[in-house]
Amino acid sequence: MKHVVSISDLSKKQILSILKRAKELVPVAKGKKKSKSLDGKILATCFFEPSTRTRLSFETAMQRLGGTCIGFADPSATSHLKGETLVDGIKMVAGYADAVVLRHPQEGSARLASENSEVPLINGGDGAGQHPTQTLLDLFTINEEMKKLKGLNVGMLGDLRYGRTVHSLSHALANFDNKLSFISPDSLSMPSYVTDDLSCEWSSHNSIEEVLDDLDVLYVTRIQKERFPDLEEYKKVASAYIINLDLLKNAKSSMRILHPLPRVTEISTDIDDTKHAAYFRQAFNGVPVRMALLEQLIGGKK
Amino acid sequence: MSDNLMRVQPIRNGTVIDHIKAGRGRKILDALELSDKGTTITLLMHVPSEKNSSKDVIKIEDRELSEAESQKLALLSPGSHVNIIRNFVVAEKNVAELPNSISDMAFCSNVNCISNNERGAKTNFTIANAESLNIQCVYCGRKIAEENIEFI
Repeated sequence: MKHVVSISDLSKKQILSILKRAKELVPVAKGKKKSKSLDGKILATCFFEPSTRTRLSFETAMQRLGGTCIGFADPSATSHLKGETLVDGIKMVAGYADAVVLRHPQEGSARLASENSEVPLINGGDGAGQHPTQTLLDLFTINEEMKKLKGLNVGMLGDLRYGRTVHSLSHALANFDNKLSFISPDSLSMPSYVTDDLSCEWSSHNSIEEVLDDLDVLYVTRIQKERFPDLEEYKKVASAYIINLDLLKNAKSSMRILHPLPRVTEISTDIDDTKHAAYFRQAFNGVPVRMALLEQLIGGKK
Repeated sequence: MSDNLMRVQPIRNGTVIDHIKAGRGRKILDALELSDKGTTITLLMHVPSEKNSSKDVIKIEDRELSEAESQKLALLSPGSHVNIIRNFVVAEKNVAELPNSISDMAFCSNVNCISNNERGAKTNFTIANAESLNIQCVYCGRKIAEENIEFI
């Protein structure tokens, strides 16, 4: 494993090994234990598009392991605006750091960058493409919350058409033998290029009530206003997919709700204090998972 | 050379593409932009053939197919024979074999793909399905069906 561009670059064994190490690193991620495993190492975080969680959790992960970070959160302060190509930028940064995290608005940018980087390149999200560390932390969260990664009935709700996190997560969960239930309006349903490749049982639904009582995990995504030409239509669709306390009466008591965040109105805040809400723990999990990945890529020792 | 190639006058110098998948000849003329180059071209369609039930044949006078053109041909009609003719004699004979991947031959149909936005970037595709000729962008993962492939 040199670069991590897509979750499919990682074997099942590699994924499980990262999740296992991430579990061990939780006390370090919380600052209760100290680690120097990446002492003297430098991570470059190159964000050609804004992101709060991905960038901050990578920087936290690096620093908790004794390493340091360089980089930018916004391309306006870089040579990018002078017309520098991505490839030129990556070649330069790869000379300054031990690993590079790239977030870029165009699909395929991370693959192109990895072809031109001498140091490990981690895809921190490329347009509507891949975001493998999000998938790793989603898998870690499901494993932590449910104490297993297979045989679960996982529902995915919201924008399944454009949401890259649900595409990669579906593939990963299918490889671990889970059952998937896709819940969305027809206009935002899971594309066939995703479902065609799924090796597990799956079904599509328009309403959450149809499947809620059978779900072990409900993965909610934000329905984006800009996907709708008409504001009224957006309001109608968005209001039909809101998770609130009333709805959850029918859910299994062990059912957990995940969300990649930021959320808007799709999960009512009255859920936050219930045992169903796993999304803030999920956001924290980005730190130990990224620590484990960084250790494997640039840690030197096994 | 088979008798079929005698159906029209033999050429002195140039290229004869034989054993083209029947009905595929016109597409090859277009994709290789052969008709725009001012040389004499003969297209034979649905010629009876022993190998397949019928085939297309293209004769291009006074021009030998380039490497890039041969690759496009391989993609559109794998198994075609490329005969280079010099002074009425077959000087070279090659079978166009379908490659595993193609570089800088087609555009990615995803406008937000980095290969369409980065100055100097090459396009790269793997052959996702040889039977129905489906290619997949190495960068963004977009799959493109044969009828939608846009050649460079």
